[in-house]
Amino acid sequence: MTSKTRIPIQLQINGQRHELEVEPRVTLLDALRDHLGLTGTKKGCDQGQCGACTVHVDGQRVLACLTLAAQAQGRAVTSIEGLADGDGTLHAVQAAFLEQDAFQCGYCTPGQIMSAVACIREGHAGSDDEIREYMAGNLCRCGAYPHIVAAVRQAALEVAS
Amino acid sequence: MRDFSYLRANTVDAARQAAALPGAMLLAGGTTLIDLAKCGVTEPETVVDISHLNGLDRITVDDRGVTIGALARMSSVADHAEIKSRFPAVSEALWQAASAQLRNMATIGGNLMQRTRCPYFRDPANFPACNKRTPGSGCTAIGGVTRGHAVLGTSEACIATYPGDLATALVAFDAVVHLGDRQVAVDDFFLLPGTTPEREHAIEPGEMITAISIPGSAAAGRSTYLKVRDRQSYEFAAASAAVGIEFETDGRTIRDLRVALGGVATKPWRARAVEEALKGKLLEADIVKQASLLAIEGAVDHGANHYKIELAPRIVARAILKMGETA
Repeated sequence: MTSKTRIPIQLQINGQRHELEVEPRVTLLDALRDHLGLTGTKKGCDQGQCGACTVHVDGQRVLACLTLAAQAQGRAVTSIEGLADGDGTLHAVQAAFLEQDAFQCGYCTPGQIMSAVACIREGHAGSDDEIREYMAGNLCRCGAYPHIVAAVRQAALEVAS
Repeated sequence: MRDFSYLRANTVDAARQAAALPGAMLLAGGTTLIDLAKCGVTEPETVVDISHLNGLDRITVDDRGVTIGALARMSSVADHAEIKSRFPAVSEALWQAASAQLRNMATIGGNLMQRTRCPYFRDPANFPACNKRTPGSGCTAIGGVTRGHAVLGTSEACIATYPGDLATALVAFDAVVHLGDRQVAVDDFFLLPGTTPEREHAIEPGEMITAISIPGSAAAGRSTYLKVRDRQSYEFAAASAAVGIEFETDGRTIRDLRVALGGVATKPWRARAVEEALKGKLLEADIVKQASLLAIEGAVDHGANHYKIELAPRIVARAILKMGETA
């Protein structure tokens, strides 16, 4: 392992500015979890295959495990911690996941919810088939998929009304 | 992942200069580079971040066709209204690839540079022999588990499948890769493994993909991308076909036909023999099925991937007939 100089970066996360010094190889996922204590974003495969680390960068859902923290400088990052209102009122997707019991162990849930928020915003939640296709990047080892689809469907209707 | 230096490029020229340095690699969406760095397949000394360059993500459509900036994201190209209407196979190849998150990250230029998913290539710790990774070290796939490996364009040195969907559609419609001032046909941009499988693209150190352009055509306007895989979504192709068709004014005789295969070859595979066999013919199921067998001419299997030799022509025929239904 070669040692390279740590670099100073500024990150804008959930509306707050953070300054940190990291090795260039540090991913956005590790910066959130290990450097900033924002452990809501989960590390599943760490290889871009499971979707557990889904966050929004400039409003687009992306994988934090394949994004360098340094790349995110100058962009607005939203993690699961930034989804609810300041007064604790849950986002419609969070509430729908609770109501539909859309999880078992819960490990994939933050990624599922961040992905679902974007899926609805993109206009890709028009039918159950479309929800399944556009949520395919979020794996759930417990197999809670039918309830996840129900939650996304419910939230999409609520957001539209 | 070995550490590296990080450099953010502010201009295309600065990016090219930095990329020409030994050990430097360009970083756009990161979905290939960071992934392979974590696998230990790539070990860049310097990562040159081009994802903040301005103006390279434009999609420009005119009478001649479309030009897509290298930094346009897969998702925005897939959803672009004129790409959908004038190049449906391109849009379909894109939205059927990867996942929504990966499509939001991955750029069009980076997509062309993606590497094979050969499991031996991706696992240097367990499989040190790989001619693509370490020239001359041998090929673990030959004699190994070959279910996903190529049956077309292989060599004794490498049988790794080219995994992409987009380039399969691009090669069908004669797209061109822009490397700054130099332009290369997509078909020539991807190289056969031969004796040098480590060299996959006709791009030189210090060069950078700046755009791709696709000429408009009647066949591109009436096109589809048919992808068959082990699961419904978020999977690489077991076999796929990009097909475009243009009929004579009678609506039944084939004037122009484009056919390319994905998931079965070492590079995006244009099936010109199928095209030539069907031009001037009536679109009839038996004729199409017979001609589609030409898609797999010269195929060589390595055991477990034999099914691709049967699957690929069926997919070609199905895609052609599907395009004919709407005549």
